[in-house]
Amino acid sequence: MQRVSEKVIARARELMREGTVNKVAGWKAGEFFYDCAPYVFESEEALKDLVYDRFCAANLSKYMIKNSVAAGAEGGKVLVLLKPCDTYSFNQLLTEHRIARENVYVLGVGCEGMCDIDRIREKGFKGITGVDENADGKTLTVHTLYGDGEVAIDDVLVNKCEFCKGKAHMIFDELISDNEDEGPRGDRFAGVRELEAMSPADRFAFWQSELSKCIRCNACRNACPACSCRKCVFDNDASGIASKANTDSFEEKMFHIIRAFHVAGRCTDCGECTRVCPQGIPLHLFNRKYIKDINEFYGEYAAGAEAGQRGPLINYTLEDIDPAAVSDKGGN
Amino acid sequence: MSVNGNLTAAPAANAPAAEWKPRIVAFCCNWCSYAGADLAGSSRLAYPADVKIIRVPCSCRVNPMFILKAFERGADGVILCGCHPGDCHYSTGNYYTRRRMALLFSMLDYIGVERGRTRVEWVSAAEGARFSKVMNDFVAKIRELGENVKVGDLRCKE
Ligand code: SF4
Ligand code: SF4
Ligand code: SF4
Ligand code: FES
Repeated sequence: MQRVSEKVIARARELMREGTVNKVAGWKAGEFFYDCAPYVFESEEALKDLVYDRFCAANLSKYMIKNSVAAGAEGGKVLVLLKPCDTYSFNQLLTEHRIARENVYVLGVGCEGMCDIDRIREKGFKGITGVDENADGKTLTVHTLYGDGEVAIDDVLVNKCEFCKGKAHMIFDELISDNEDEGPRGDRFAGVRELEAMSPADRFAFWQSELSKCIRCNACRNACPACSCRKCVFDNDASGIASKANTDSFEEKMFHIIRAFHVAGRCTDCGECTRVCPQGIPLHLFNRKYIKDINEFYGEYAAGAEAGQRGPLINYTLEDIDPAAVSDKGGN
Repeated sequence: MSVNGNLTAAPAANAPAAEWKPRIVAFCCNWCSYAGADLAGSSRLAYPADVKIIRVPCSCRVNPMFILKAFERGADGVILCGCHPGDCHYSTGNYYTRRRMALLFSMLDYIGVERGRTRVEWVSAAEGARFSKVMNDFVAKIRELGENVKVGDLRCKE
C-alpha cells in the first residue's frame, strides 16, 4: 500500500500547488498512529500531515455535502480522496442532490484493505506503539513496548474490508490505484443467513443483547453518509443538547430499527456505522438484511453503483411480490 | 387502591388465570376496507372485538413507523388493509405500500416478531364478508401464536 500512498500524497500536493483545487479532504494523523481522522487541508503547507495508510478507513463522502457548497461559494474546488467503497456513498449523495459535483475533484485511491486496531489487540498485542506493513503486502509487523510481533492483514481487517464489495471505483476524476479488481471478498450475507436460520425467539434475544449495549452516542448516525438529513428525527432541538437527547421514548427504544429503515435502499453498505460503534454492535446485520431482501424481492440493486438511480423504495412494478410472501398466512 | 390511584382487584387465589386477549391493530384504507368493515357491520357479519381499527386515507399513508409503534406499545399483531392493487384511489399508493411492508415485515421477523403477526390484505368496499373473514382468520392466527415478544424492551436486556 506504501507505493499508492506516496503517489496519492504527492498528487494531492501537486493539484493544490497548481491551483486545480484549493482544499483537500483527506486523513490527518492523530494522537495515535491508528486514529487517522477526516480532515480538510487548506494549504499546501498543511498537507504535510496528510496520511494514507492502513488506518484510513473513514469514508469522506459525507464531508462533501458542506464542503462542496462552501468551495463553490469561495470560487474554488475541493479535492476528495475516495477509496472504492467510498465512491458508492458519493454517488448516492449525488443521486440525492446533496453534493455540488462541479466543485469537487474526486481522486480515486487504490486500497488493499483497512486494519482494525481492536482486532490487532485481540490477537494478544499489548502496549502497541506502531505497525509497519511488510514487503509481502500480506503481513504487518506490530511494534509493542515488549518487542515486535507479526500479524496477517487478512486477520485484522475492519468488517467492511473483510467483505469488500470490490476494488473498482464507481466515480472519479482521476485514479491512482494498483488494484486489480477481484470482485467481492467473502460472502457478506453469511451473517444475515445465520440469523435467519435461528428461531424468532432466539433472534429477539440476540438483538436484545446487542442493542442493550447501545449508549446512544449517535456515532453510527453521524458517520453514515445516508444519514445526512438536515433535520433528523432523532434530534431534539428543544433539549439544548442537540444530538444527545431523544425526542420521545418510541424513537429511543426503536432507534436502530428506525434508522435502518430510513436508510433502506439508500445504504451502500459502506460499513461506517459498524466501524464507528464504540460498543461493537453489528449494525451491518440490519443493513445487509435489507440489501439481501431487496436483491431477492426486486432484483439486484447496489445503491450508489451509479448516480441517478431510482431507489427500490421509491419505485414499484406491477408484478412486485405481495407482502404475503413474507408474512406466513397460515395456509390461507 | 394502588399507589397511582388505579383500582386493582387482587385476584382470588383459586380464580382461573385471566384469559389472555390478543391486542390487534388494523390499519384500514378509507376507500375500501374501512367501508368494507362498515358493510360487514351493517350485514351483521361478526369480527372479533380484539381488533382496533385505525382509519387511514390510503394504505400508503401508513408510515412503517406506525406499525413499529403499535408493536412497541404491545400489539400482538398488526394488519394493514388496502384497495386491491390497481384499485388505489390515488392510483399507485398501494404499490409503494407493497414494497415497504414486504421489507418491514421481513425486518420485524428478523428481530423476532414472527411472520404471522404481520399481514397485508387487499379488501374492497364491496367485500364485507371477506373483511370479516380476513379479520377472523388473522385473530385466529394471533391466538395460535400467543403473546408477542416485548418489542418495547428491545434495548433492555433482562
Ligand atoms: S447505514 Fe452504515 S453501511 Fe449503510 S450507508 Fe450508513 S454508515 Fe454506511
Ligand atoms: S436517522 Fe433518519 S432522519 Fe435521522 S439522519 Fe438518518 S435517515 Fe435522516
Ligand atoms: S454507534 Fe453504537 S452505541 Fe452509538 S448510537 Fe450507534 S449503535 Fe448505539
Ligand atoms: S386508496 Fe386504498 S390503498 Fe390507496
